[in-house]
Amino acid sequence: MNMLSEGRPTRPLQGADAAPLTSTGNRGLMLEEPLIFESGSAHVSGVDLEPVPPHESRLAGFERTAPIGLPGLSEGETVRHYTRLSRQNYGIDLGLFPLGSCTMKHNPRLNEKMARLPGFADIHPLQPQDTVQGALELIHRLGTWLKKLTGMPAVAMTPKAGAHGELCGMLAIRAAHEAKGDARRVVLVPESAHGTNPATAAFCGYAVESIPADSRGRVDFAALAARLGPDVAAVMITNPNTCGLFEPDLKRIADAVHAVGGFVYCDGANFNAIVGRVRPGDLGVDAMHINLHKTFSTPHGGGGPGAGPVVFSEALAPFAPLPFVVEKDGHFHLVEEETAASEGHGASFGRMAAFHGQMGMFVRALSYMMSHGADGLRQVAEDAVLNANYVLRSLEDVISAPFAASGPCMHEALFDDSFLDGTGLSTLDMAKALIDEGFHPMTMYFPLVVHGAMLVEPTETESKARLDQFIAAMRALAAAAKAGETARFTNAPHYAPRARLDETRAARTPILTFRPSPEDRLAAE
Amino acid sequence: MRYLPLTDADRKAMLATIGAGSIDDLFSDVPEEARLPGPVEDLPGHQPEMLVERELARLAGRNLSAGTHPFFLGCGAYRHHVPASVDHLIQRGEFLTSYTPYQPEIAQGTLQYLFEFQTQVARLFAMDVANASMYDGSTAMTEAIFMARRITRRGKAIVSCGVHPHYLRAAETLCRFTGDRLVTGVPTLCVSPPTDDMDDMIARLDSDTSAVVVQYPDIFGHVADLSPLAEAVHAKGALLIVVVTEPVALGMIRAPGEMGADIVVGEGQSLGVGLQFGGPHLGLFATRDRYVRQMPGRLCGETVDATGRRGFVLTLSTREQHIRREKATSNICTNSGLMSLAFTIHMTLLGEAGLRHLARLNHARACQTAERLQAIPGVELLTHRFFNEFAVRLPAPARQALRDMADMGVLGGVSAERLWPGEPDLRNVLILAATECVSPADIDALACALTETLGTEYAGA
Repeated sequence: MNMLSEGRPTRPLQGADAAPLTSTGNRGLMLEEPLIFESGSAHVSGVDLEPVPPHESRLAGFERTAPIGLPGLSEGETVRHYTRLSRQNYGIDLGLFPLGSCTMKHNPRLNEKMARLPGFADIHPLQPQDTVQGALELIHRLGTWLKKLTGMPAVAMTPKAGAHGELCGMLAIRAAHEAKGDARRVVLVPESAHGTNPATAAFCGYAVESIPADSRGRVDFAALAARLGPDVAAVMITNPNTCGLFEPDLKRIADAVHAVGGFVYCDGANFNAIVGRVRPGDLGVDAMHINLHKTFSTPHGGGGPGAGPVVFSEALAPFAPLPFVVEKDGHFHLVEEETAASEGHGASFGRMAAFHGQMGMFVRALSYMMSHGADGLRQVAEDAVLNANYVLRSLEDVISAPFAASGPCMHEALFDDSFLDGTGLSTLDMAKALIDEGFHPMTMYFPLVVHGAMLVEPTETESKARLDQFIAAMRALAAAAKAGETARFTNAPHYAPRARLDETRAARTPILTFRPSPEDRLAAE
Repeated sequence: MRYLPLTDADRKAMLATIGAGSIDDLFSDVPEEARLPGPVEDLPGHQPEMLVERELARLAGRNLSAGTHPFFLGCGAYRHHVPASVDHLIQRGEFLTSYTPYQPEIAQGTLQYLFEFQTQVARLFAMDVANASMYDGSTAMTEAIFMARRITRRGKAIVSCGVHPHYLRAAETLCRFTGDRLVTGVPTLCVSPPTDDMDDMIARLDSDTSAVVVQYPDIFGHVADLSPLAEAVHAKGALLIVVVTEPVALGMIRAPGEMGADIVVGEGQSLGVGLQFGGPHLGLFATRDRYVRQMPGRLCGETVDATGRRGFVLTLSTREQHIRREKATSNICTNSGLMSLAFTIHMTLLGEAGLRHLARLNHARACQTAERLQAIPGVELLTHRFFNEFAVRLPAPARQALRDMADMGVLGGVSAERLWPGEPDLRNVLILAATECVSPADIDALACALTETLGTEYAGA
């Protein structure tokens, strides 16, 4: 016999819809959580340590004596603090995360388990190389997968994220030009490009010139060809592009760029759409970074860590950064500054960071690749493209899709805000209303080539049933917008841990660290 | 395939909705000659979880892991004990599988811990503000050099020879392309007391100097008073950049901010993250309030929501690439979110009392280790004021000694030659770190292995 059958009925009362305010600010399972600086104490610790053994200090007179101001919590309170915080976050584990250009696919837990094997997680980057042969072999094997999947002859494994990979590729391009004594100054970037592309080119000392998109959302080949000349060092192109469209002219573009002595950098952020179906090496690409945290399922972790290996053509391979792993008779070793020249790699542009790259991400990515195999990876691209097209065709009659008429999309579907004309609502309002419906919003206002962009990337790990739920929610919102139900949008989200946040205030008077108010300080004294 | 939910029936129904005859129709934009007819060749097919696990475990088993052997390596990556709750918490799906918090209403968990992380880092360094992390310590140092150039509008940075050579190499690579000039030297044979290096750097200061970069404790473990250097640097209108590769040290020794640093960068791997063969690690970056708008990387700030409740957002993003494109302060996009979570959880578990205790324990183990090694004939201690890392000179090449010790199951440190190849004066120098993970038995094993190595192979050297 349970309580419910004994006690009073728990059936909701009629008309009990106005939720009362609570004294704690909590709302049932939606729990408010103070900062550790408000709840913790410098005298509490959640870690027990051995007593400090007797020793003669080598730091006499140099000790840090002033309070540092680092509060501690017991282990239980620590677990509770971060568990409560975690519940204020949306993640792929909770539901559809259709963030265009970010490839929020399922993160397999086998990858996590493998990365935590002590033989990978608990080894030091400067151990004698004979003691880390398995780690070096893993890096080498992952590099081999990447080279074969892209059809490119060389790979640099050290870049730490996509933007770092772009930097790697562009530095190799600049080094290659300099090796020929060729001081080219201009890099062409399509206007639909991700912001990291122009930022990277500028960082490498290049002047960035924008190339317009044509009416079909692709690079305007005629405009690009007209701008090519002996001052152009490279073209940076994303394929599939940020409108979710394949650039059918890429090979033609590459040939034209090569004809004037330039290189083609391909942003591989959207490789998920074509992995196993198209090899960028067959399209004339000279360098391309691969976001392991997109195509190869390593977790995004709330903004990193990423990993951005770069594949290179024969022309750029000699300039690849140090260190890298080579195999000789079943033995693996790192080519570092010490032996680069004597091993024939003297043209390398050098080291990009300490150590050998994002090992933890390499293990996860290889675990994913081995699980899928070459056959499964091809299926990944097909299902990712199928899902995106399904969303596109299921919504285009109610939500404006600027390039839908030009044919199928790749792994993401691009919509704009023209369907909201006359409603007084914006893309932002749609996104925030989608939060109330239980979904993470799509990418908003990117790419810049369409007005009020909404970029939806479902990925291959969503089932048809999940997509149907999302489609139904989007259609309902579009109908509500057109029916003038503006309150549903303009104050959204209503059901998130926070309502819309004042970003203007945050930027005008930045509060970037916890600083107790003067009253608190007085009270503490 | 276990990660793919669509059935063939689903695929057929969806193609019908789309109005496509086959999946190939969706790839019609791909030029015919670039379409692969089937899976990429020369790669294996899909495998069950158990077989993947078996193969990766085999590779992992070919590495000598730190936890199973006496272990004394440092030089920018330190082995510390990470409490079990850290790894449990960072694996919560709401953290692990979330994205950069661009939708703050449903990312307050990430944003609040970033705000707490920024505060912890700023306080640890005794600085005003810190960002939400960088890739690692080496890339953070390079970004700091560029930031100093933007602030001072000068192009020459002087880098101490006590800075990790890999950090220096990484900075040199980028500076070659950005036009920044780096001035530095090679450490001298006796691993000179850091004041010598400081005098040298002060002598090189001029009106074109943007910054002086020092590591603290330096690559040999030296702990120096940076105040006189800060004074000299500021007198010339330049900035002092301090690099910290072992943040646990700051639970015991004076903070860079207390000695006049303008920018402090560091490697946060010591807390929560682990060795990971060098990555992912965690770049720390802190500065003074007045320079915050020149700072690279993401920043989290406090604000209020529409109902007046406190909340957090990413802010000052007009510095960043997704807004400023080619005019951004840096091209950085992804940072080290999950690693900053591991760091902040470990730091919260420790608290100030725990951190200070941990630091004293590290120092004690290092002192004990140094004492034992000093007693071995021919071994000379080169670092006298240190935290948990120090250098010794052996009567023989350190690299061979390390290999011999590894054969005896002891991972005995890092040879200076690995970091400065081709510097004959540093060939016999060995750099060792001892953390709380080192037991008295480990110290015995190290001393025995080194004695035996030197005794058998280099007797009389």
